[in-house]
Amino acid sequence: MSDPTFTLLNIVVMVVVMWATPLQFIPFFIWLERKGSAIIQDRIGPQRAEVLGFRLFGLVHNFADVIKLLWKENITPSAAHRSYYLLAPFWSMTLALLPLLLIPLAAPLELGGRKVVFQAADLNMGLLFILALTSLGVFGVVLAGWASNNKFSLMGGLRSSAQMISYEISMGLSIVGLLMVTQSVRVSDIVEAQSGSWGIFLQPVGFLLFLISSFAETNRNPFDLAEGESELVAGYHIEYSSVKFALFFMAEYANMVAAAFLLSTLFLGGYQVPFAPTEVLRANPGAVLTALLLLLAALGGGAGAVILKRAKQQEALHQGVKRLEPFLLGWIGLAKAGAALLLLVLFWAGVLSLPSWAPPVLGATLQMACLLLKVLFFCWLFVWVRWTLPRFRYDQLMNMGWKVMLPIALLNLLVTGVVLLIVKG
Amino acid sequence: MRIVERPKPSLATKVYLVEVAKGLYLTMRHVLFNLLNPKRLPIVFFPEQKKALPPATRGRHRLMKREDDSPRCTACMLCATACPAECIHILAEEVPDPAIEKRPAKFDIDMLRCVFCGFCVEACPLDAIRMDVPEVTIADFTRNGLVYGKEFLMDHDNKDFVPGYNPPRPVTWTHGPKARP
Repeated sequence: MSDPTFTLLNIVVMVVVMWATPLQFIPFFIWLERKGSAIIQDRIGPQRAEVLGFRLFGLVHNFADVIKLLWKENITPSAAHRSYYLLAPFWSMTLALLPLLLIPLAAPLELGGRKVVFQAADLNMGLLFILALTSLGVFGVVLAGWASNNKFSLMGGLRSSAQMISYEISMGLSIVGLLMVTQSVRVSDIVEAQSGSWGIFLQPVGFLLFLISSFAETNRNPFDLAEGESELVAGYHIEYSSVKFALFFMAEYANMVAAAFLLSTLFLGGYQVPFAPTEVLRANPGAVLTALLLLLAALGGGAGAVILKRAKQQEALHQGVKRLEPFLLGWIGLAKAGAALLLLVLFWAGVLSLPSWAPPVLGATLQMACLLLKVLFFCWLFVWVRWTLPRFRYDQLMNMGWKVMLPIALLNLLVTGVVLLIVKG
Repeated sequence: MRIVERPKPSLATKVYLVEVAKGLYLTMRHVLFNLLNPKRLPIVFFPEQKKALPPATRGRHRLMKREDDSPRCTACMLCATACPAECIHILAEEVPDPAIEKRPAKFDIDMLRCVFCGFCVEACPLDAIRMDVPEVTIADFTRNGLVYGKEFLMDHDNKDFVPGYNPPRPVTWTHGPKARP
């Protein structure tokens, strides 16, 4: 039944998709960060850069950033250790892109007698491999800090490594609780085990510990001591400029995307749609189609309404001149919502009928959409928390890691074990 | 010696989670409010819209003139001496009028060095220099473009002066044209 060529092709496609996913997320994430911080602080954020009259609500600023970073002078300090100095940003970026390869986007499905998988590599030690990859990422930071031959960089690298070591332990232990429940380290098994109830309900304490540790692991506020600008100027990447800085910058966001995928896979049920395991999805293609179309309608309609509402305010920027773009995009959003609703009506009126291959494909699409929504929620959480909380002091960070998180993680393990013993006998 | 007791944080504060949730609630409230009411954001689209500067704005310098459009300045160098940034460069020349004696041949203010302290205005005995041109975004593409000369500083046309600040004082000329015998 299994066709080796098809399997190979499937895996190659998935590798490319999962490798490109964080790269696609990065500009969006940077935009989310800017707009999110602006809206939290009662500003409106970037909206000036434009290409051919299109501003895309500040998304065009990313092009400006890229052009700026590419054209800047690429400086290597004369006192730096040249090869390590050059290696560090590549190390960071490469390792930030890898963990996603082990995360399933949707449940595998049968299509014309062939098995289609939505996961680049389904290793039997998948979760351990992901943890290994994410913890290797710190070497980039340490290497950058040491090879730059700069005191502040070195301090940043040292802080980062100390922080990683202390938080890696509670991160690992918080996952062990989940593994005791799911009885497997294979990522697809963990997701399947959450078809009934999500990991966050089975392991609420473990989820909190893992969430906090992943903030620390991605060097994100309130744990971004490695680049605490009030003390260390910019931490480990002071001496980096141009594209090398861009790589570090992108690696930071890619790490966050990976962390968001990991969090939603381990604790929010991955691709699982709430209240609807894979079999239920396949059995009810009509309901799945309805859900997908309603989702499209909600996204298009919501975005269109917000754009049109903000277009009036933007007129002030252009001294009352009406601009085409917001109206165009706003009405496209509304039209999309209308088209989705029309399709829905046609489907329920019986004008359209689904082909035989549709149920599994629709199910997989809804599962991907569900996973993406969860990931987007965590992306927003990263931004939200960053612009809410102040940074921890270094001793507070260490106290919290060793004296609070570690004991709680161990206690969580004990309680999980006892409960499992009682429940399963 | 007095020992100041640090406030002891309550247990709820120490656990952080409650406080974090409160903070997140606060920022989320801002997000939702701002998304739904974009018009109520306290923003000014700067180059297109300009906020009216307050009456006491200390802006760019200008040199005041006598009735006959000659500079009031007598090149006494008090402003240049008072200037902590040493940005005023005056070159004096003689005037045939014996009541005035001196005037500036050159009066350059290097805006790249100026710190806008206003000491020159305080120092001037003749009210010849004022800082009431409401320009706060002084920029140029060359360094020389930011060294303002006498002619530029005395050009009062098409400038909105800040009303209320530094009102024209009646200068009592002790040796001016009217005091002349």
